[in-house]
Amino acid sequence: MNTELIGVIGIFILTIILAIPVGKYIAKVFLGNKTLLDPIFNPIEKLIFKISGINPAEEMNWKQHLKALLSINMLWFFLCFFVLLFQGSLPLNPDNNPSMASDLAFNTAISFLVNCDLQHYSGESGVSYLSQMVLMFLQFVSAGVGIAAAVMVFTAMRERTTDKLGNFYNNLIKSCTRILLPLSVIVAVILTFNGTPMTFEGKDTITTLQGDQVEVSRGPAAAFVAIKHIGTNGGGFFGANSAHPLENPSYFTNAVELWAQMIVPFAMIFALGFFLNKRKFSFIIFGVMTVGFLLLVIPTISSELNGNPAIAKMGIAQTTGAMEGKEVRFGPAISGFWSIATTVISTGSVNSMHDSAMPVSGAMQLLAMMVNAFYGGCGVGYLNFYIFIILAVFISGLMVGRTPEFLGKKIEAREVKIAAFIAILHPLLILAGTALASYFAANDTAMGYWFSGNATGWLNNPGNHGFSEMLYEYTSSAANNGSGFEGLGDNNPFWNITTGIVLLLSRFIPIIGPLAIAGLLANKKYIPESAGTLKTDTSIFGIMIFAVIAIIAALSFFPALALGPLAEFFTLK
Amino acid sequence: MKTIFSLIKLTAVTLILFAVIYPLAIYGIAQIAPNQGKGETISVNGKVVGYQKIGQKFDKSNYFWGRPSAVDYNAAGSAGSNKGPSNAEYLALVQKRIDTLLLVHPYLKKSDIPADMVTASGSGLDPNVSPQGALIQVKRIAKERNLAEAKVKALVESKINSAVVGPETVNVLELNVALDQLR
Repeated sequence: MNTELIGVIGIFILTIILAIPVGKYIAKVFLGNKTLLDPIFNPIEKLIFKISGINPAEEMNWKQHLKALLSINMLWFFLCFFVLLFQGSLPLNPDNNPSMASDLAFNTAISFLVNCDLQHYSGESGVSYLSQMVLMFLQFVSAGVGIAAAVMVFTAMRERTTDKLGNFYNNLIKSCTRILLPLSVIVAVILTFNGTPMTFEGKDTITTLQGDQVEVSRGPAAAFVAIKHIGTNGGGFFGANSAHPLENPSYFTNAVELWAQMIVPFAMIFALGFFLNKRKFSFIIFGVMTVGFLLLVIPTISSELNGNPAIAKMGIAQTTGAMEGKEVRFGPAISGFWSIATTVISTGSVNSMHDSAMPVSGAMQLLAMMVNAFYGGCGVGYLNFYIFIILAVFISGLMVGRTPEFLGKKIEAREVKIAAFIAILHPLLILAGTALASYFAANDTAMGYWFSGNATGWLNNPGNHGFSEMLYEYTSSAANNGSGFEGLGDNNPFWNITTGIVLLLSRFIPIIGPLAIAGLLANKKYIPESAGTLKTDTSIFGIMIFAVIAIIAALSFFPALALGPLAEFFTLK
Repeated sequence: MKTIFSLIKLTAVTLILFAVIYPLAIYGIAQIAPNQGKGETISVNGKVVGYQKIGQKFDKSNYFWGRPSAVDYNAAGSAGSNKGPSNAEYLALVQKRIDTLLLVHPYLKKSDIPADMVTASGSGLDPNVSPQGALIQVKRIAKERNLAEAKVKALVESKINSAVVGPETVNVLELNVALDQLR
């Protein structure tokens, strides 16, 4: 048990240490400074821009950034939607998997587009290898979009007074080629040599040792699993995601995959510091995030190591902790750690089944996604945190009775209105969705087209835990996370369409908001620092941000958490 | 209109880079990986009996058993039970598994049974059990196969994988292959 905790701490610290040089590299890439990889990527990028006829040096204002971002996303949506809709008759389908129903194709295309990967299908039987390749493409570019958006905000924070905020396509392509691709290659090669398959052959049929016939699914998994983590996407190649022994074969690969999902979000925060030349500011942000992360991790690991009290009453040995939904090669400590890493970071890949986690762990996983600003996904993590920074600056300003300023720019009514709207949108989408689904479940409504049978049929567990399943699904959608309490029967028009809409709103509005705020601020007159300026690189300001986050999350979500995991916790005692 | 064509061209060229060249490059590298990246297999007398990493069903009494599985070890799919910790139906099932284990291993005390032997894994294809999960079956196996108990126990102990960090595991398929060779 002790070595398990050493494993957890070791991986975490190693990732932080490595995130600093990676962050420095990311900052260099977007500042246009020389890097070691220039000789490889300069010609590739030149070719990409030449073929597509885009000038990467053309400066854009924030509205042009948004227009470019939204149009290319719409194009990708239709591409993916039609491939999924017709995959049964398209090539690269050795297992003869059928085409998707339109509601499932809608949900799947959106969820990969928005870096969520909710996956209401199982990889083995739900998609062809061609679809997996197109989904993998989206795993690259959706992460790239997040980073490109964050870089525009970085640029806006760096400049004094300007509306020239760099080029969206340049940021997008560089994120994909210079950050995501090299890291993915490293991870994919490590996985390939440690047992994750990379083959285009279909299922294998074998006779087992005791004489049963069994089919074994395989596929080009290693390349897919690498970008799924590096891009904080989380969509698994196989149904069981990273709990599957081919997708995550050993304790070592598990450590690599954990590292892979944490590295870019961690590095982005340090990149901000190098980019603005305000290292202390980035350390404060990283500190706030880490405190929040640890407050979620510690109760989770401890409740998983203690095991299920209801099973303890049966008199068996739970020396290895709670094991339902967990793999022996990982054990409960690192599984608990992963479950929080994947929910704060918006990866949503799982190495244990969250539906079977202890109630305290379930509450922490939910809370991680409800806050949705500790580390966060590729790029968007910082965008979410940026909203809380604006709110904290505003509230601090009110408390001391001064016009709030942030990095030399006045925060005025318009920016605060946008920030407040984004902060309210997240709980609104989660709670309204959950309320709707719970209403149907409570009345056991016959759902007609929307779900075959009555509404309680989509629950896999009764009582408070059933409520948690519905709450989790909308929380995961609104946080663009993609993990699930997978017992929920979610492949039907009701869940595919409602979560699809939540996914769209919760991806693009929280990108539009910060870009608008940053663009508006960049346009304003620069006010030099004076004695009256609120210092944003102090621990007091860090505490202020943390308080704003805690108050918003606690007030919005406590009642829902009380009905779900907290109630279950007290019934299990 | 010009922008739309630009975006289509940009999408096409990045699609080729990330969805064709990248996976093919990894596929190329995989050709020098174990079993050319097709998944490592275990063979007995030249015949493949399974994938080293994929758990398989053992329910005959002369083999070591693995963990309960929500997909009955059908590796064409994968899933956990997704049962919540307070679900009464689920807890009854766990109780039944404990009773069954006690019935076929009458020499066991309840507190000898480790949790992994009565709970379903996350993938349904867990290839491992905890060392204790294999050790509790030694006496039954020795009797079924007319082998000395100490010999079987030594075999199990030789098959415990322990690393510097992480839990100790026993690969059930490897253990059973070795068991078949034990005289």
